[in-house]
Amino acid sequence: MPSFVNPEKCDGCKALDKTACQYICPNDLMVLDKDKMKAFNREPEMCWECYSCVKICPQQAIDVRGYADFVPMGASVVPLRSTDSIMWTVKFRNGTVKRFKFPIRTTPEGKADPSGGFAADPQLESVALFTEPQSLGLPKVWTRS
Amino acid sequence: MSNYETVTVETDLLILGGGMAACGAAVEASYWGKKHGIKVTLVDKAAMDRSGAVAMGLSAINMYVGLKDGANTVNDYVQYVRNDLMGIARDDLVANIARHVDGTVHLFEKWGLPIWKDEKGGYVHEGRWQLMISGESYKLIVAEAAKTALGKENIFERVFIVGPIMDGDRCAGAVGFSVRENKFYVFKAKATLLTLGGAVHVFKPRSMGEGLGRAWYPPWNAGSSTYFTLKAGAELTSQEVRFVPVRFKDAYGPVGAWFLLFKSRATNAFGGEYMVERKPELEKWGPYGKVKPIPANLRNYLGMLDENEGKGPLFMRTEEAINKIATSSGDEKAAKKKLKELDSEAWEDFLDMTISQALLWAATNTAPEEKSSEIGPTEPYFIGSHSGASGAWVSGPQDLAPPEYFWGYENMSTVKGLFMAGDASGANPHKFSSGSCTEGRLAGKSAIRFLVKEKPAMPKVDPAEMEKAKATILQPLKTYEENKGKSTDPNVNPHYILPKMFMLRLQKLMDEYAGGVSMRFTTTEPLLKRGLELLALLKEDAAKLGAKDVHDLMRAWENTHRMYQAEAHVRSILFRQETRWPGYYFRADKPKLDEENWKVFVNCRMDPKTENWELKKIPVKSTFA
Repeated sequence: MPSFVNPEKCDGCKALDKTACQYICPNDLMVLDKDKMKAFNREPEMCWECYSCVKICPQQAIDVRGYADFVPMGASVVPLRSTDSIMWTVKFRNGTVKRFKFPIRTTPEGKADPSGGFAADPQLESVALFTEPQSLGLPKVWTRS
Repeated sequence: MSNYETVTVETDLLILGGGMAACGAAVEASYWGKKHGIKVTLVDKAAMDRSGAVAMGLSAINMYVGLKDGANTVNDYVQYVRNDLMGIARDDLVANIARHVDGTVHLFEKWGLPIWKDEKGGYVHEGRWQLMISGESYKLIVAEAAKTALGKENIFERVFIVGPIMDGDRCAGAVGFSVRENKFYVFKAKATLLTLGGAVHVFKPRSMGEGLGRAWYPPWNAGSSTYFTLKAGAELTSQEVRFVPVRFKDAYGPVGAWFLLFKSRATNAFGGEYMVERKPELEKWGPYGKVKPIPANLRNYLGMLDENEGKGPLFMRTEEAINKIATSSGDEKAAKKKLKELDSEAWEDFLDMTISQALLWAATNTAPEEKSSEIGPTEPYFIGSHSGASGAWVSGPQDLAPPEYFWGYENMSTVKGLFMAGDASGANPHKFSSGSCTEGRLAGKSAIRFLVKEKPAMPKVDPAEMEKAKATILQPLKTYEENKGKSTDPNVNPHYILPKMFMLRLQKLMDEYAGGVSMRFTTTEPLLKRGLELLALLKEDAAKLGAKDVHDLMRAWENTHRMYQAEAHVRSILFRQETRWPGYYFRADKPKLDEENWKVFVNCRMDPKTENWELKKIPVKSTFA
């Protein structure tokens, strides 16, 4: 069952123009059951447990139950992702709980400038990429000569 | 399928894929495209924010040369890569990425990727070439820059690419279908840049239930790059160079931080250190047994020898490593503080890139400071960006490539107008996420240069041919519809095979004949020849794939792609009459390294019309001393 949906929390993303988990899943696994208005993982054995659906769900309705092949039951790993950091709650089978917080980005969302502010203007015929040599921190691109 | 609309899109440069290489290509090509009035379009089978191999995130950037600080030279990296691949790598391609990769990493930092810093503001290195990052959002950040550069109107998400369109011997674009609506897509392009990733699930994985999805490399890598390359009639290289990583057992969590950052030892069940005890074995592997670091496959091999001798399981001695660092940090209070810090670093390593491993540790009550964890080899994968080398044979850059490796435009395949990057480009491994993105940039700029200089006309595409392609591509839906009533169980029907069973059949075949996990990575000529006979039957049955819906249709084609990857691999390991990469695979009938006859690339090409294969040796030109 890798990722699974809590029916009490899932609202089928009815307020959005598309279902968040269905939008994000890299392996096209999450689908919306339109009769029940609940999402589900249609092919759990193809799930990588990448948690993309868990992290994006606006209702925090998705969790992961480790692969039944080799993961003993009773543990959970739950993320809470904000715009600049992620909080993890790791619950052990024996009840131990660990919490971690890590940064995820240093710039505001949507502000990644493709040039990185490196104002280079090389020629199409040169070996330099469009941000070079500035982005390398070198006076020029390395060549053998 | 009368209810399927055909949508035709015309563009100048078509980028296929959405991973790190595609994003690098998008950023670079968009800049040059705007300057020269060239339209750039990107097609991804998923959503760019979380597509490709970096979807989950990463805890390290594995390729950073450190040129500006004089830490290493381009030559250092070339030597490292060639040695790790037992002498078989393209110096020119590796050097080209090495001289540019730092700039790409500096861009990641500007875009917002948190790279760990030391007290002096320098990057925290995991190892000589590796930087530690807080990379949960690595892919989102890189995708954001790519999407901004391209503009929304030039991005097609959730469109699965099946294969190339050809105009004579020139690549004219690609065909595919939406996995969201009933639309068949024809992308006509003057140049195409292929970045459709590597291949997973060609070999039987160790876990076959729910855990089937827990491959080390993501399961959505379906061999699409290989299929596309073959169907375009372009040359492939190093198809025998599969990769088998040694990772934490079952959940396949990363070991890099443990080995490099925490300096952990790996031992067998009796505490013996196979890297020390089996040192004499390295003498058998020519000059490559003597290099430092010891090539990844040889390190694997030494551990496998212990396992084969009944000395397993193998363990990462986490408790030993952590306590050693903690106690060396000062008094009891300092040690306690350090232990807390290490605990956080160790868990972040998993949570950033292999959350399953954190879940497995929690479910088995594993405290790394108290208890060792099992490690072992995974199943084989095809990944030209890591320590495998499979991919297309591409032109090198003019200033670095020997004449034999240069034909006009860097990263162009042997088919005019078809460019390659990331896992799609072969014989230049160890590029990882940062190098793949950099190679995408190089290929992107090169493709624009091709368009500006050659000024190719929009290729001719015969609409009747496209209707034929459409019928072939949608056939599995039709096969299922027409036959589903002939059995009370839609899964068991004599008229079709469903994608999942087709994949399991391929995996069993590859496992048992081509040296998978069950065979302890060992094969022989008779096994490979029998494997080819069975592959031929599978290929015939591919025409009988059935698909219940459009998602299943994608699976049907992904598994067809995997099948061609399998064939390229089997033919290549059969052709190479030696064992060069023990630890990845072992030819029991040719158990030795043969430098005299086999220090060469093995290239292959399939005639797209007849599907006849040609294999050949290409000399390795080591242009860096």
